[in-house]
Amino acid sequence: MSSVVSPIREPLVTGGKTYHQITEDLISPTERTPSKPWVIGFLLSVMTFSFGAFCIIWTIWHGIGTWDLNRTIGWGWDITNFVWWIGIGHAGTLISAILLLFRQKWRTGVNRAAEAMTIFAVMCAGLFPVIHMGRVWLAIFIFPYPNTRGPLWPNFNSPLLWDVFAISTYFTVSLLFWYTGLVPDFATVRDRAKGFRKKIYNFLSFGWTGSAKHWQRWESLSLILAGIATPLVLSVHTIVSFDFATSVIPGWHTTIFPPYFVAGAIFSGFAMVLTLMLVVRKVLKLEDYITLEHIESMNKVILATGSIVGVAYLTELFISWYSGYVYEQFAFFNRALGPYWWSYFGMMFCNVVSPQFFWNKSLRRNVLFTFFMSIFINIGMWFERFVIIATTLARDYLPSSWSYYSPTWVEIGIFVGTLGLFFVLFLIFTRVAPTVAVAEIKSILKTSGDQYVGKNLGHAHSHDETVSTEEAH
Amino acid sequence: MAQKNIDVVYGLYDDEVIMMEAVKKANSDHLEIMDVYSPFPVHGLDPLLGLEESRLHIAGFIFGALGTLTAFLGMTWIFTKDWPIIFGGKPYWSVPAFIPITFELTVLFASIGMVVTFYTICGLGPGVTNPYLDDRITDDKFCIAFNKSEVESSAAESFFSATGASEVNHKTI
Repeated sequence: MSSVVSPIREPLVTGGKTYHQITEDLISPTERTPSKPWVIGFLLSVMTFSFGAFCIIWTIWHGIGTWDLNRTIGWGWDITNFVWWIGIGHAGTLISAILLLFRQKWRTGVNRAAEAMTIFAVMCAGLFPVIHMGRVWLAIFIFPYPNTRGPLWPNFNSPLLWDVFAISTYFTVSLLFWYTGLVPDFATVRDRAKGFRKKIYNFLSFGWTGSAKHWQRWESLSLILAGIATPLVLSVHTIVSFDFATSVIPGWHTTIFPPYFVAGAIFSGFAMVLTLMLVVRKVLKLEDYITLEHIESMNKVILATGSIVGVAYLTELFISWYSGYVYEQFAFFNRALGPYWWSYFGMMFCNVVSPQFFWNKSLRRNVLFTFFMSIFINIGMWFERFVIIATTLARDYLPSSWSYYSPTWVEIGIFVGTLGLFFVLFLIFTRVAPTVAVAEIKSILKTSGDQYVGKNLGHAHSHDETVSTEEAH
Repeated sequence: MAQKNIDVVYGLYDDEVIMMEAVKKANSDHLEIMDVYSPFPVHGLDPLLGLEESRLHIAGFIFGALGTLTAFLGMTWIFTKDWPIIFGGKPYWSVPAFIPITFELTVLFASIGMVVTFYTICGLGPGVTNPYLDDRITDDKFCIAFNKSEVESSAAESFFSATGASEVNHKTI
């Protein structure tokens, strides 16, 4: 039964777990009363979220004038935050879909939480374009539905409308994929629960029994959803980049944007996965399931995508010089040495220089260093979007309309509020659902458990011996 | 789950490898297995149980094609017949600009359609309670179940003890 596994592959489940121990370790966090760090974290998140909600209401009540946007700089923190959150979401789909297609077993340790992160990040992202519209109660106008205004349809040629379709599709597909994966694990929670709790999880687990035919269809469904989610995730950030690339603004009007945005999205998403998982791993004591091997694999992805992003930055600089087009040259000169030079250097340092430390294996496996790096990268990627959006708009074709932009307390409040919302949702998730995919960890145990593979194998018994001894008694 | 009140005799195994051997033995002994339940998908089990490959991908393709057509024909009708508008001097029927939305709706229709199909054919859904045999099947036990109308109780019990089941139980579901 056991597929061929290279002896030099490191185990992905340590501690010599049995199937029952896996259930016990992964389900029990949802059964205990919340720990003190959880309660403190939750209260803090609720407070920041409440402040964000207040700022959103303030914006809707008084209008977009409460932001510091002006005629020249029409996109500021709002769209920066939108692109940042959408980018963060991409790692979840990459882990669950693309790594499933590539049969990367280490994805099982982090896929559930990463997908949850995707969904919550997309929710935070979706908020920004909606409140940016100003009259949020008319937001439904963006959907093509038969209406009494003609019917008047949205402009299907506009990248902003493509964005509406891309992001709503992305959210829906991520949610379906995530929930379908959760159903068997909810069934495990249900079968351990009693009373009212059992009723709730009975509802959530959709009547799952674990029948062989259901598992077969479940696997088939996961594989096909992964197959179509892969081009989807690449398309989403491509379309987000079209918001800029199809315009005629120097600095935005570049064909490099789609691949560069996608690489940047994966880069920032993995950083956010690491930020979350390093904390979750520590608090919920999941070191046996999210091992140093997992962290190292993610750091390798960060190194690769970070380097792609670095190459993209340098390519942009080279092409703007080589094009001989003065407006393009000025746009990049202005980015690096104009009034927003600090954000450009922040971006360059956090995104291009800092990931290069991960060429060193011992740093890739250093938990504390990785945690700080992940925060750095999140900041750097936020700067990247700010550089692209605000600095480019601040110096347009007409020097008489040049302007400077800095956010008001309302804009900062909304951003902090979405961080609060994100953590509220994530903290609730860690309480109600197993943070690590239980069934999937069990399915890789025989090929990746440390009693079956890796350095400790020497004195452990081989697969067939286990079977024969168990058969004998 | 159309049938009700089926008398079932089932054996629980501690390991999927032992369970697979048992399924092979059941096949050679011509014992009709009602179903096998496991906490995770066991690979290599489907051919032993004679399960055909799932046809979900066909459903996915049909729903996807429906999405493609809905998006592309919808935008074509709106921009050439219902309300033609010139945007930036481009033709009414500007096909390249329709591609992103066509792609997104293809994916959206395919995935919603497939997920709904999956839950419907499996008889699963919000609030559905299907009869199940043992709480430990979703934890660490692998279960082979026989329908008593197809397999004699005594034959099943001797089969379970011969193949190393850790527990044998009777239940009506």
